Amino acid sequence: MTAPLLRLTNVSKSFAGTNALTDISLEVHAGQVLCLLGDNGAGKSTLIKILSGFHTPTSGTVEVNGEKVVFNSPRDASSYGISTVHQFGGTFPLMGVGRSFFVGVEPTKGWGPFKHFDKKTAGEIAVREMRNLGITRVTDGNRLVGSLSGGERQSLAIARAVYFGANVLILDEPTAALGVKEATHVLRIIMQARAQGLAVIFVTHNVLHAMTVGDRFAVLIHGSKADDFKKGERTREEITDLMAGGEAMAELEAEVAQFQATADAQ
Amino acid sequence: MTVDITRQEPAGRGSAPVIPPSKPTARSSAAQLSRRSETGALIGTIGVFIFFCIFGGAQFLATGGAASWLNIAAELGIVAIPVGLLMIAGELDLSVGSVLAASSMTLATVSGYWGLPMGVGILAALAVGVGTGFVNGILVSRTKVPSFVVTLATNFSLVGLTLGLSRLVTGTTSVAIAPDATSKNIFGTLIAGQFEVAIFWWIGIAAVVIWILQMTKFGNWIFAIGGDAESARATGIPVTKVKVGLFMTSGFGAALVGVIQTILYNGAQVSNGQSFVFNSIIAVVIGGVLLTGGYGSVWGIILGTMTFAVVSQGIYYTGWNSDWASLILGILLLAAVLMNNTFRKLALSAGIGTKKLKG
Ligand SMILES: Nc1ncnc2c1ncn2[C@@H]1O[C@H](COP(=O)(O)OP(=O)(O)OP(=O)(O)O)[C@@H](O)[C@H]1O
Ligand SMILES: [Mg+2]
Repeated sequence: MTAPLLRLTNVSKSFAGTNALTDISLEVHAGQVLCLLGDNGAGKSTLIKILSGFHTPTSGTVEVNGEKVVFNSPRDASSYGISTVHQFGGTFPLMGVGRSFFVGVEPTKGWGPFKHFDKKTAGEIAVREMRNLGITRVTDGNRLVGSLSGGERQSLAIARAVYFGANVLILDEPTAALGVKEATHVLRIIMQARAQGLAVIFVTHNVLHAMTVGDRFAVLIHGSKADDFKKGERTREEITDLMAGGEAMAELEAEVAQFQATADAQ
Repeated sequence: MTVDITRQEPAGRGSAPVIPPSKPTARSSAAQLSRRSETGALIGTIGVFIFFCIFGGAQFLATGGAASWLNIAAELGIVAIPVGLLMIAGELDLSVGSVLAASSMTLATVSGYWGLPMGVGILAALAVGVGTGFVNGILVSRTKVPSFVVTLATNFSLVGLTLGLSRLVTGTTSVAIAPDATSKNIFGTLIAGQFEVAIFWWIGIAAVVIWILQMTKFGNWIFAIGGDAESARATGIPVTKVKVGLFMTSGFGAALVGVIQTILYNGAQVSNGQSFVFNSIIAVVIGGVLLTGGYGSVWGIILGTMTFAVVSQGIYYTGWNSDWASLILGILLLAAVLMNNTFRKLALSAGIGTKKLKG
């Protein structure tokens, strides 16, 4: 087996004394989907922000293709072919689809002082890339992003990440705000990226979504890796229990049963 | 390893037809107009213009009338355009008032009181503006204190500094200057006895900034930063540099007007300029720029500036008490914001037909 595309070794991150992540070690391979699971505040987004150059780890190392790297800015991370769709972000509601798609990487034409942003090409590429991901209702590159549905916006952000990202695609809760149909769509895009040989890191709360597309899984609890397993090694119930902290779920069930009993008695 | 996923055929969903882009029709061009941020501003400008044509009479339309509002518009416009750019990037600059006064006093002191060459004084004056902008930008970016507070603080500090220094150095708060002919011609002459050269500065600056905002990637960065600074940073845009640059530009605009006024009126006063603080914001907001950033255009700012100037000067031609101008501007500001909100909603629903907006 070749070296993993991305390897984290004992990565920790603390914010002003509080530990958001402790000793996380992970590997991500080409053509595989790694699902990062965990409850609210478990540290998933923090981990993603380290991989995308937003934060530098307090300790621990990150390797790309076996080479140790330090990302000091989002630009550093993207220069290694890592591209990220952040939770609650990535698109600009009051910008046109084409402009939004190319923010930071605008195609230009012309020469010298007349070099300018080629908006026409930008709009055409954005519309085409979204169509390739199955979004056919957006046909005008000038249409404002804020007029797209949640799923279309998410697809725009993913289309962008896929278009500019060379080998690692990171998606932070891309299905969280979506309806069933649109979520399914995003899952299909993930499978498509995987089939193309990209490594995908898919952050989610949704065990079902994770199990549908994941090859490997890591569960974070309070900033530590609680479990790490391959597809088929755990049942859905086991994962749900693990994420909820086991006892919490059992407690809730007991409470519900009691509630039911009092209701029946009346 | 570079994988291009983009060349893949459209995923699944075989039933979804590829809708060809519709041909432009009268309806879609109306939609296109409503999608532009300056549509509301255009209606406003035309509205007040017609209003003062009716109530201001022939004199308002004569060259004297045109000159009076164009001169006001030009000076305000030179400040409003960079202030508007900053607002599109999500920041406010309230320090333009004292930058104007400080640069004006700098020029009068250096070239008038000390008698150094005009060029030296002008450069020093512009440097005061650019320098203040730099300080504003660094303070806003480093401290994360809202620019409203930071620039309000610089506005007060700089006024105090200008007052104190001019008393220390010149012993007074107003200094006279006798500009040479070249500087007069470039910055402060009246063409045909009525039109300030500032009008050409305004047009020139507007042309350059329209190009930058609409046609360059830097323009795209400004919109992106105002839309969502975190996402903009995530795409690799040097957000801090862009913001500092924009603050320096608005400092430059205010300083340039300081230079123009000093040369035009042959002197400088410490009390000059404070009216530009709110007037520039009014012009920019009437022009359809979203106060919270991410949306707006230079054409809109120009129209907003013209509306402001027409109202504030047109009132003198109506024979009414000029006090009413402020009332009209106040109402206009509110009406403009409401109208611009409506147009923005229209722009956001353009192209989705009957489908409801989400988030
Ligand atoms: N910039 C920051 N400064 C201080 N604390 C932070 C910062 N970012 C995150 N944290 C803290 O780190 C912990 C992990 O947050 P993170 O956003 O990574 O959680 P998450 O797993 O993504 O949660 P969710 O599922 O709600 O998105 C939280 O307790 C959070 O408050
Ligand atoms: Mg998160």
